Amino acid sequence: MAAIEVEGLAKSYRVYLKEEGLLAAIRGLFRRRYKLVQAVRGIDLRVEQGEFVAFLGPNGAGKTTTLKLLSGIIMPTAGTARVLGHIPWKREDAYRRRFALVMGQKNQLWWDLPAQESFRLHQQIYRIDPKTFARTRDELVSLLGVRGLISQPVRELSLGERMKMELIAALLHSPEVLFLDEPTIGLDVVAQHAIQNFLRHYQQQRRTTILLTSHYMKDVAALCRRVVIIAHGQIMYDGSLEGIIDRFSRHKVVTLQFPPDGARPAGLARLGEVVEDSFPRVRLRVDRRQVPETLAGMLRSISLEDVSVEDPPLEEVIAEVFEQVSRQPEAAEALTGKEA
Amino acid sequence: MSRLEAWWVILRICLEERLVYRGDFALGTLMRFLPIVTQIFLWTAIFAARPERATILGYTRDDFVAYYLLTMVARAFSSMPGLASGIALQIRNGEIKKFLTQPIDMLGFLLLARVAHKLVYYAVALGPFALVFFLCRGYFEGWPEPHRLAAFAASLVLAFLLGFFLEATLGMIGFWFLEVSSLLFVYMLFNFFFSGHMFPIDLLPGVWGDLVRLLPLHYLAYYPSAVFLGKVPDQELAAGLCVQLAWVVFFAVTARAAYQMGLKRYSAFGG
Repeated sequence: MAAIEVEGLAKSYRVYLKEEGLLAAIRGLFRRRYKLVQAVRGIDLRVEQGEFVAFLGPNGAGKTTTLKLLSGIIMPTAGTARVLGHIPWKREDAYRRRFALVMGQKNQLWWDLPAQESFRLHQQIYRIDPKTFARTRDELVSLLGVRGLISQPVRELSLGERMKMELIAALLHSPEVLFLDEPTIGLDVVAQHAIQNFLRHYQQQRRTTILLTSHYMKDVAALCRRVVIIAHGQIMYDGSLEGIIDRFSRHKVVTLQFPPDGARPAGLARLGEVVEDSFPRVRLRVDRRQVPETLAGMLRSISLEDVSVEDPPLEEVIAEVFEQVSRQPEAAEALTGKEA
Repeated sequence: MSRLEAWWVILRICLEERLVYRGDFALGTLMRFLPIVTQIFLWTAIFAARPERATILGYTRDDFVAYYLLTMVARAFSSMPGLASGIALQIRNGEIKKFLTQPIDMLGFLLLARVAHKLVYYAVALGPFALVFFLCRGYFEGWPEPHRLAAFAASLVLAFLLGFFLEATLGMIGFWFLEVSSLLFVYMLFNFFFSGHMFPIDLLPGVWGDLVRLLPLHYLAYYPSAVFLGKVPDQELAAGLCVQLAWVVFFAVTARAAYQMGLKRYSAFGG
């Protein structure tokens, strides 16, 4: 059963164009110029109940706008969306009691009070009965290892500790759908890892439908089987994490291990782009289509101790895709399409 | 779980938050008593050159001092420091999102937070207020009759609600304009003059006084003081309170409508 159904969802903003300088500022008092920004351009998406889906994309791709649309903060310019059967931007309490939104860059807790007071407030806002509240809070607090911190004012907590408290506050009412907007932004590796472990465990236990946006590939690799890549407001890819490489990577990495006492053969650069040269170990980036031919040629003409062929790291492939679409918006359209 | 219980928890948490910076709060509260000292000196100096029991437009020196003491009480109910600018800031920095995604009403929540703010303020200020009124008891002609005292209490509660909804309405302008500080400054200026905070508005001549009495601002400070001092005749008390209540309802409806329209705009253009 689908938890989230989106069809042709689009959102455009009118943005004020402010030119540089005092004269331009004065001119702006009388005549303003605006630009229409199409943040989301007609996306279709279906997320089944219990799925953990990652939204990837460069800055300004439309990820956060999509989450804002699905959580009812903003209304679309066109298209429809239903989350758990509700139209989000109607903002019915019946819907608001069933989902939660956590934004890594926004604090929703009471700054000067201990987090446990914010939890208590959430208990009342979401009308959680006292027994369920105590059980859920204790479980979440122990899973995230913050028992000793809930009575400390939020302003005295570290960024990682604060994010753990934000997650607890968001999950107290056991939402069926959870929107996470960069929950690990700015956190150190240890805190990132702790939050990843928690989310994985929580999602497996509760089968909560989660939509996650993150710039950290480690978050995505650790948590999500399904990845949606969005760029310039359009979905470019919707499929498995591994499928990204097959679809977007144009190269393979060939590692050549030469005999330590042998001479360095000439003309290696002709076989592919040298990405690492620490002779007797050399790594080349070779066009995917040329790999069999190149390998055969090498084995015929060069003496090798070992050879391996690998896909490039996922992060590298995604960076390449982002860079490509950032340079030329029309590339996004060219790349758009679903995994077969 | 009753709604009443939810309100109580919100109120309790707001009270706790208020008490975090209790030192600063206590100091700010005590500082509010300074202007009354200067008022006593000012009006004593003005009346020094006049015969005893002289009046200025019907006010003796004692009347003036009693009036300022009472407006201080009225403003303790009706002033809403930081409310309008706080709402505008929440709209500007996006904090308002939590009221869109969580099942909680922003106006109701802010009202409870303000009640908590006032309760802490009264708790801190009660002692100093009692002391000041005891020391200045000579400026009063005694306690008003019970029905007048009740009307005074009602006008204070209505002044609180009017102050809240009026400033909340102003704060909602933040949905349309990013920066509202100049507008709020102009409002504060008008409030200072026309609420009766600076001088009793019956000092204003003829049509000007009538005009100011048509505005809701004088219910924030002048009206409760005038009720206490007997400047509102008995037969006009009920009607006066009804008009004050009508203004409360008007601004409660306006604030709610502005919030709904603002949210529509925010959802369409911002977020």
